[in-house]
Amino acid sequence: MRGASDRSRPVAAGNGEAAPLLRVDDLSVDYQAGGNTVYAVSGISFAIARGETLGLVGESGCGKSSLARAILRLVAVSSGRVLFDGVDLTQLGGAPLRQLRRRLQIIFQDPIASLNPRRRIDDIIAEPLLIAGVADKTQRDRRIDDVLTAVGLDPALVRARYAHAFSGGQCQRIAIARALILEPELVVCDEPVSALDVSIRAQIINLLEAMKARYGLTLLFIAHDLAVVKAVSDRVAVMYLGKLCEIAPTEALFQHPAHPYTALLLDAIPRPDPDAPIPASLAVGEPPSPLAPPSGCRFRTRCPRATRRCQEEVPLLREVAPAHLVACHVPLSSAGPEAPRPR
Amino acid sequence: MGQAIQAAEAVGAGTPPLLSIESVSVELPTRRGPLRAVDGVSLSLAAGRTLGIVGESGSGKTMLSRAVAQLLPASACLSGRVRFDGQDLTALSPQALRRLRGRAFAFVFQDPMTSLNPVLTVGGQITETLKEHLGLDGAAAVRRAIELLAQVGIPNPEQRLKQYPHQFSGGMRQRVAIAIALSCEPKLLIADEPTTALDVTVQAQILDLLAREQRRRHMAMILITHDLAVVAGRTDAVAVMYAGRVVERAPTRTLFRAMRMPYTRALIAAIPKLDAPPHTPLPAISGLPPDPTRPSPGCAFAPRCASADAQCRTAAPPLKAVDVGAHQFACWHPLAGAP
Repeated sequence: MRGASDRSRPVAAGNGEAAPLLRVDDLSVDYQAGGNTVYAVSGISFAIARGETLGLVGESGCGKSSLARAILRLVAVSSGRVLFDGVDLTQLGGAPLRQLRRRLQIIFQDPIASLNPRRRIDDIIAEPLLIAGVADKTQRDRRIDDVLTAVGLDPALVRARYAHAFSGGQCQRIAIARALILEPELVVCDEPVSALDVSIRAQIINLLEAMKARYGLTLLFIAHDLAVVKAVSDRVAVMYLGKLCEIAPTEALFQHPAHPYTALLLDAIPRPDPDAPIPASLAVGEPPSPLAPPSGCRFRTRCPRATRRCQEEVPLLREVAPAHLVACHVPLSSAGPEAPRPR
Repeated sequence: MGQAIQAAEAVGAGTPPLLSIESVSVELPTRRGPLRAVDGVSLSLAAGRTLGIVGESGSGKTMLSRAVAQLLPASACLSGRVRFDGQDLTALSPQALRRLRGRAFAFVFQDPMTSLNPVLTVGGQITETLKEHLGLDGAAAVRRAIELLAQVGIPNPEQRLKQYPHQFSGGMRQRVAIAIALSCEPKLLIADEPTTALDVTVQAQILDLLAREQRRRHMAMILITHDLAVVAGRTDAVAVMYAGRVVERAPTRTLFRAMRMPYTRALIAAIPKLDAPPHTPLPAISGLPPDPTRPSPGCAFAPRCASADAQCRTAAPPLKAVDVGAHQFACWHPLAGAP
């Protein structure tokens, strides 16, 4: 199946003619917390084409990690479907789910916490192979050497060492190797570089891009840093308080954000340029609690454009430009090719 | 621009600087031998100015700020001098230092959840500071605490005063921490990664708040961060640290426009650019930061530097200025600088 994707052509939208690798359909995740219900993910739908990278941005508590974990069935799905290559993961259990899971992997934010410090790198990376039933030691050794080399580590130097001996950047390389050893098709990257220093962050972003090309990966790339998301994504989705606000091809989203929340996020990014004007703080307040999300549009309590309708009616995702979807009653009119955003 | 140069040049500008750090080194004992966290750093800061200190983890930026406040771990060994407002802090008794902290200088830390006491009300924590340092009585301290919370943008301060830190969001907790830091009108605020734990929209609000209060109070500020984008628009001068040393120091605009140290350039280049198209490869810095318990005789950045030669590996370049005193860098083969 790998290699079927055409990576030279950026995929404009997940709903093209070919069946998407992943389709998330009206997915909801609720948690029970002390008698209350936390609506972490509320009716989210999107698709990712084979070979595509979909960036997912949002602030803490917006549900992006819950969404990632629900796709991999690491947390319980409350309602909705997750179709991976046409198979609904939410209906699978036991052996069929385990079989399919080899084709989906996840990389977490904290590389040091995601590796057991008292295990050798050799054992950490061999474990997925053992679970997948690769019994031949020679074959396992070859695959471990290959994947470690691919992520820029010297197998001879690292295989016998323990995870605690490595720095954050090296641990993230090891975690990436562990995710790639079974040659998955979809890798969910949940804030893979936000715990890393600037100089290491660039190395890992470049590595993920190289691995995507080498292994023919499809990525769901979650981050709160919009510049990082822009660097890797073909399309970007923006989440706020459990809902999708906007989803669009990367350049379209950054040049012509249609949702006021997307515009707010873009304006809030500090720029590494002393002459860039610091915009007057458009941001008002902080995200409300997902225990009691506002009625209607969930962003309305912080939105400078909110109207009465925003309070009463939940906005649905609708297309404002080709492949550019926004859930807003009063979208920014610049969403079109004629009016680029001033910087 | 002129003002920025003055800020960095505070020593030569006639008025003595509020803070001057003179050849400060900090050594920490570790199982692998002594770790030189800060290595011969000299910096100065004038009243009302902001100095950014930028570096990656382990570069010594936090240890340096602790050395300024004499808040180092007991096992740490400090050398050099820290002059603050005419006094040598390294020569003061613990009692004298205690009187100075809070009133003379205050801290805002990265994680407001750990810098606030979870089992005391927010009001209790602010009034404690006011009573201890300013000698206010209970009622006056409560009135002042309400004023302070309102100033840092906390709605309903009378009610919020009775609440515990866990009842506040991350951004609101950081506002409380800032209110406590400002409560005794310090002359210097040291903000150590004050927005790193916060979301981007909240980060902008907190940085705006710090800038506004700084202007209002004519307070000096040291803004410590790993994020060059945070210092770009909000500091007068920036010092870049690597492996315990200041490797470049310049007025902020000069640093971004005409950096001379290859590490500074590499650090700026490694930030993904918002105006670059997707999938543009990033110019990453290869290799890893050096092991601080195994210092090299040469430039600490040499193993990762494209222009390093034999001299770089054997002799550490001193931090010095070439033309104007405001711009200093430590490099044997500096970049060309301004065109």
